[in-house]
Parts: sequence; structure tokens; C-alpha cells
Amino acid sequence: MAVIPEFCTWLENTSVGTAVRQSTWLFPTIETVHVLATVVVVGSVSMLDLRLLNVAWRDRSIREIHEEVLPWTWTSFAVAALAGSLLFSSNATKYYHNFPFRMKMVLLVLVSINAAFFEMRTYHRIATPDAEGEIPMAAKVAGAVGIVLWIAVVACGRWIGFTK
Amino acid sequence: MIQSFCDWLSSTALSLTIQTVRWIIPAVQTVHILCVSIVMSSMAMLDLRLLGVAGTNQAVSRMVSRFVPWVWGALPVLLTTGIILIIGEPSRELLNPYFRAKMAMLATVTVMTLFVQRKNAKDAGYWEARRAAAALIGLASLLLWVGILSAGRWIAYY
Repeated sequence: MAVIPEFCTWLENTSVGTAVRQSTWLFPTIETVHVLATVVVVGSVSMLDLRLLNVAWRDRSIREIHEEVLPWTWTSFAVAALAGSLLFSSNATKYYHNFPFRMKMVLLVLVSINAAFFEMRTYHRIATPDAEGEIPMAAKVAGAVGIVLWIAVVACGRWIGFTK
Repeated sequence: MIQSFCDWLSSTALSLTIQTVRWIIPAVQTVHILCVSIVMSSMAMLDLRLLGVAGTNQAVSRMVSRFVPWVWGALPVLLTTGIILIIGEPSRELLNPYFRAKMAMLATVTVMTLFVQRKNAKDAGYWEARRAAAALIGLASLLLWVGILSAGRWIAYY
């Protein structure tokens, strides 16, 4: 099972990993892009989650909020993931052994499962224009779980910088 | 003078607590960033509407009333968490040019947002009737918020 450590060693010795590690400005610049994209991911998806919990923008349908914010969430997530991968490549072995980093990756998997389950099993029940009124419990749970998991993702991300 | 203020502040009991209890700074930074995500996303929705590139099926006044209250709700939390971080590491912030740029941009964008809100409160169609001005203020606001976030991150690298 030495595949991942070997991959990490290879990755940090690629020209990209080396460049991000050795440059004085590349890491903070990519990190800024990563933070910018992350705050848009968390902020935009929270708008949907708060609507699912019926605490904000009740005068607009869930479908309208879904169509309004999720394209921003997905685009920003792609940018955050790309920037994050570049940051990871600069010191792959260190991050691989970092506990908050591992927690963050686990939480991102859980966030994806929560989102996929909502999109595939729950969303179609509330996406029809006439499906107003009561929000199904499954949708409220998806919203609450989403908010809690994203807060934990941000916390773990911040903690990476404070651990060896 | 600022240096001696920083020295005094960092010797207070409160500052020493923040410096020595190791979870306080990352925890406060986490709350700070979560509030940044509220402000950034809310302002982006409004600014892109002012620019006419997103949410054009809704009136500007709708966007102002939907999103600006979230900004005013999150800003006091940002100020509080920001002050805790300053008390913990005064010279890291107060003597830092990125921090000063961040505060200058924040003051500018706050005045701009109050202006947008005030004009909108007096006349709900104000910004629709002034497309070029709306686009300019939306673009400036968006750039300022990106600048504020970037300067905030670069404080750590000065």
C-alpha cells in the first residue's frame, strides 16, 4: 500500500510541485484563489441549504434558488479543487500525513455523498413548479447536513495551516 | 506610536491568553472566513446583478433587499473576530501594509454599499434607470471585495 506515498513523492518532484514550493509568490497567490473560490462555494451552497431548511427566501421556490446559485457553486468548486491540487503538489507528503488535511478530504467525500443523494433522490420531488408548501424531511436533512459539513471543511482547511 | 501601542496590547492578559491557547486563533479565523463567505457570496449576487450579468430576471431592488441584510449581519461578526485576531497579534496586523490596504478598501466598499442601498430605498427603480452607473459601482464593489479577501490572505505573508 505504498502507492499513495510514492505518488506524493512523485508529485512534489514534478516541475509544477517544485515551482509552487520554491516560488515566493506562487503559493500565496494560488492560496488566495483557493480561498476566494472556497468562500463562493460555501456561501452559494449555503443559500440553497438555508432555503431547504425554510429559513431564508421563502418567497422563491427551491427550484429557482437551485437554478440561481448552483452553477456558481460548481464553477467555484472546480477552481477551488484545481487551486487546492496545486497547493497539495507543493508539499504532497507533508499534507498526506497532516491530520486536518485527511479530515478535510473525508469531509469532502461526505459532502459529495450528501449532495449526490439530494440531487438524485430528493430534488425531483420538490423541483416541480407546483410542489409548494411542505418541504420533505429528506430535503431539510440534506440542507442541515450540508451546512454542518461545509463549516467543518472550512475549519479543517484553516487548521492545516496551524499544524505541522 | 503604533509600535508602542502594539507592545502594550500584546502584553495584556487577554492578548497573552489568545497567544497561548493554541486553538483560539484558528477557531476565530474559521468563523471569520465563514462570515467572509456570506459577505462575498451575497455581494457577488448583488454586484453581478448591478453589472447586468446575472439574476437579470429580478429587479435590483429585490437583490438589494435579499442580500444586503446578510452583509450587515455578518460585518459585526467579522469586526469582532478581526479585533480578537488583532488583540492576539497586534503588530502582525496593525503594522502590516496589506492590513491597512484591506481596511481602506473595506471603508470604501462600505460607503458604496450604503449609497446603493440608500438610493434604492428612496427610488426602487433608481439603479435600473442608470445602467452605466450601476455597472460601474457593481464592478468596483466586486473588485474591492476580491481585493479585501486577497489582502486579508496576504497579511500572513508580509
